[in-house]
Amino acid sequence: MLFMLTGQTMSETPALTDLSEMFGLGEASAKKKRHDKKVSVHMTENTHWVELVQRIRGSEDQAAFAELFEHFAPRVKAFLMKSGADATLAEDCAQDVMATLWRKAHMFDPSRASVATWIFTIARNRRIDLLRKQRRPEPEELTWGPEPEPDAAEVMELQQETSRLGDAIAQLPDKQRDLIQKAYFGDLSHSEIAEETGLPLGTIKSRIRLALERLRHAMK
Amino acid sequence: MDTINHHLNEALLMSYASGNLPEAFSLVVATHISLCDECRARLEAYEAVGGALLDQDVVETQVDLDATLARIAASPQMVEPVKPKQPGVFPSALQDYVGGDLGDVKWRPVGMGVRQAILPTSKDASVRLLHIPAGAAVPDHGHRGMELTLVLQGAFRDEDGRFARGDIEIATEADVHTPIAEDGLDCICLSATDAPLKFSGLLERIAQPFLKI
Repeated sequence: MLFMLTGQTMSETPALTDLSEMFGLGEASAKKKRHDKKVSVHMTENTHWVELVQRIRGSEDQAAFAELFEHFAPRVKAFLMKSGADATLAEDCAQDVMATLWRKAHMFDPSRASVATWIFTIARNRRIDLLRKQRRPEPEELTWGPEPEPDAAEVMELQQETSRLGDAIAQLPDKQRDLIQKAYFGDLSHSEIAEETGLPLGTIKSRIRLALERLRHAMK
Repeated sequence: MDTINHHLNEALLMSYASGNLPEAFSLVVATHISLCDECRARLEAYEAVGGALLDQDVVETQVDLDATLARIAASPQMVEPVKPKQPGVFPSALQDYVGGDLGDVKWRPVGMGVRQAILPTSKDASVRLLHIPAGAAVPDHGHRGMELTLVLQGAFRDEDGRFARGDIEIATEADVHTPIAEDGLDCICLSATDAPLKFSGLLERIAQPFLKI
């Protein structure tokens, strides 16, 4: 609902357009929106993180890396410890994740993910690999993307949508956020989550289908 | 891209995005997403939730920057073999487990013309390919846990409708299905369970330990 109100087209970012509705946050966020028109804090941060990754890719900029490291490395370590790793393993694994960020900086596509999302997926995969000792089957890459040089408008839009999601999650009541965090960081069962939070997770489907149809149409 | 009518549910997408599915289920989910743009978009949304949670976590711990820089200096480049896209019936995630495409599957007969190949995964769930001859029925069965079935070739029908390439059927404890493969191409499915299937017929029940399904 929120994103429809802002009058944005949904075609470029089918994945994220309805996220706040998906998590039942639409109303609260819309209310806030009326009082608060300034740029999201998360947006300023998100675009800054993107610039830093691009500086690593472009000129192997260690200062840029250090800044990303200061914010994300402790969070990755905490994520791993919440998942059951001891401090030594979590330290080793967090270093490994951050080294991967450096090495794979050229593969980061800011028109498809925020830096935080990208780091989350790297950390998640290392957790499965190291803690659960399992392989992680990954979907095939898309044949139609990403472009070698992502379109600036698409990057802007994706980062904006992710920022709004960040704002919405930041405004969740503590109890709800804790539950979602447990689902992601721990092993709480998802029916348990749905029961306890009553999150309307199903409402997103039709809207995303519509967005994808538009996307496919636009690319013909 | 195939027209897909039966999709992943929210719980499966969220579990896959957060990395909490057993490997066998992850393989079915990754294979479906390789064929389904809609579920891919929904997956990316769930991954963005993970990113936001990571970003907003309040932490007091530290990680050693110098040690990390030393690691990078020791091997600065990620040698990432760019996998050529293998055209075929199976998306690449599945090809990795089979060691090739449909023609490379090592089938074993399980009776009534049905053949299967169990794929190697962690033991918390199991996944196998099923080959059901066109027009044939799979014995009536219920489940002790959850069963995910993805069609890769041909189609089958059961109490819940028609399932063709890319469609995924999510069956729980309560469901009893009698899938029948359509005429035309033989039906190839990828099927994961977190508990052994229980067949309704006595003979099949006796046979079950030998079938390993």
